Amino acid sequence: MNKNKEQLLNKRYKAEQRFRLYGQSAIFMALLFLTIFIFKIFSTGYSAFQKTWLIVPVTFDAELMMLDENPTKQDIEDADYYEIALQSMWNLDPNANEDQQNQLKRMVSYFFEREIKQELLKDPNLLGKTKEVYLTASDDLDQVFKGNYPRDLPEDQRRVSDYQLKIFDQLVANGKVESKFNISFFTNADSREAELAGIASSFMGSIFSILVCLMIAFPVAVLAAIYLEEFAPKNRFTDFIEVNINNLAAVPSIVFGLLGLGILLAIFQLPRSTPLVGGITLSLMTLPTIIIAARASLKAVPPSIREAALAMGASRMQTTMHHTVPLSMPGTLSGTIIGLAQALGETAPLILIGMVAFVNTIPGSPMDPAASLPVQIYIWAESAERGFVEKVSACIMVLLGFLIIMNLFAQIIRHKFEKKWS
Amino acid sequence: MRKNGVKMIKIKAKDVDVFYGKKQALFNISLDIEENQVTALIGPSGCGKSTFLRCLNRMNDVIDICSVKGEILINDFNINDKGCDVVRLREKIGMVFQKPNPFPKTLYENVSYGPTIHGIAQSKQEMDEIVETSLKKAALWEEVKDRLHEPGTGLSGGQQQRLCIARAISVRPEVILMDEPCSALDPIATAQIEELIDELKKEHTIIIVTHSMAQAARVSQNTGFFHLGQLIEHGSTDKIFKNPDNKKTQDYITGRFG
Repeated sequence: MNKNKEQLLNKRYKAEQRFRLYGQSAIFMALLFLTIFIFKIFSTGYSAFQKTWLIVPVTFDAELMMLDENPTKQDIEDADYYEIALQSMWNLDPNANEDQQNQLKRMVSYFFEREIKQELLKDPNLLGKTKEVYLTASDDLDQVFKGNYPRDLPEDQRRVSDYQLKIFDQLVANGKVESKFNISFFTNADSREAELAGIASSFMGSIFSILVCLMIAFPVAVLAAIYLEEFAPKNRFTDFIEVNINNLAAVPSIVFGLLGLGILLAIFQLPRSTPLVGGITLSLMTLPTIIIAARASLKAVPPSIREAALAMGASRMQTTMHHTVPLSMPGTLSGTIIGLAQALGETAPLILIGMVAFVNTIPGSPMDPAASLPVQIYIWAESAERGFVEKVSACIMVLLGFLIIMNLFAQIIRHKFEKKWS
Repeated sequence: MRKNGVKMIKIKAKDVDVFYGKKQALFNISLDIEENQVTALIGPSGCGKSTFLRCLNRMNDVIDICSVKGEILINDFNINDKGCDVVRLREKIGMVFQKPNPFPKTLYENVSYGPTIHGIAQSKQEMDEIVETSLKKAALWEEVKDRLHEPGTGLSGGQQQRLCIARAISVRPEVILMDEPCSALDPIATAQIEELIDELKKEHTIIIVTHSMAQAARVSQNTGFFHLGQLIEHGSTDKIFKNPDNKKTQDYITGRFG
């Protein structure tokens, strides 16, 4: 009998140990996947924050620029830079034939004459002189310099020719290639040229969408939650509403996109591809999340507080506004931020309302066309150029950073208020 | 209090029935409450004494399925009438709950809340006075006068309950309802509250629900005994405890059930 008991006890301990092991391995798996995921993104994406520059001597030849003597500022603004830009690239190899000259030109970015123009606008005294100017390398050379480009492919399968590589290697050997922090990734809008493409448009688009979403969803959701929780009678109708709010939270986001397309764009004729429409569509999605969070935190306010206020002769409205709602605010706010974080990562509905369009301007208001960060990831992931691969990962990093900050903020709000009153 | 030997009746309940949905919780309660006296309501758990107490300031309104029938006259005015304004009623009838429930705000805000919403104080100075006198009457002033702007939730249980009493008397109610005010407190805090109740009855009529028969005997002048939703017996505390008319009362008081 005693032995039997001991066996039973041993069995129980072993079962507990096994269970612990399962739990630990589950956590280990989760962490492993997360690490792989983050490592992959960082290792692909970190190089996008660096940009390769070619240092090329440029002669600001007034004649080639069609400038008279003593030009005014406006003249310098209007001058022709293409010729001197072309010349400075050709000068890298004075013996180049026409085809090779063409290849030389393609070693820098498409708008290289603009960079030369900026240089002269900064310092008009350069006119007639020669200066080494930083020119953005083409996306392919950028990738070559970062080591992301397989140089051993046969030439006809590469976008970089042997000739370009030869000149490039000479420049590298002379220290005329430099890698610097890629500011334009944050200040430029999208571009067809990978080396010029940036996230400014989609970042602003995301911010505007989230703001529109917040301004619509928050007041509506909080009022709905307060009414349902504090004022509405508990009957079949309110039960029905509650069930449907929960259902709404489970509706696939693409359905909201169709709704936005069919109603906001088709019927109300709101401007396409704008954060305004995107924000309204996202607010439909965020609404149930905030309502559920707000109701939960209203429910969590102890009934004794309501009774205390009511017994003091406060009206229902006063009880709600003076006590219940302020006490529920931390929970509501953190729920709101989490809802917004969800909306921030949403892609499908935005694609449907046209925020997937190629936008090479930075939006100044919610009424201007814009992309959003997740849609930008989608657009770049679809692009064939090698230069966009790292951009996708970099954009994901920015989006993740954004989300982490928002969630941190939600945590802080909740934590701070809890500390204050308990 | 007796004026010229005549009992002054503050509250007159006539045939009060209370229903929770279809279930009847109180049957035909008729009870007179004397002015400036402490009336204790005793009885086993679930007998309806708290329900009756909550009828007196219409706190049962909060519960959707609860309905109250019958007349409750306070100063000869039926509070179950359609014309009765609950806000005014609750200004006149304060309540202290079983578990101390100060607002999670400062001590000062706790006590000044009632006067604020009822517009009793005209100036900041007047409000300060109300807060001070209320806390003094609740025998809490000396302990907290230096930390009026700290959270009320930081006090001990007994102090919190006295804070709730201060909050209740801040609007000078005529009646104070107490729903087992000492059940969450230790004996020392209980003794303090009981002393306070004795003091408060000079200015307020007090109705206290209690589980402790000793407490009822100590603090009250009148006692009502509830059982299964019926008022079995009521009268002066002396009589109920020493010489009850009803066998059930006798059994409960001597501890044979309950």
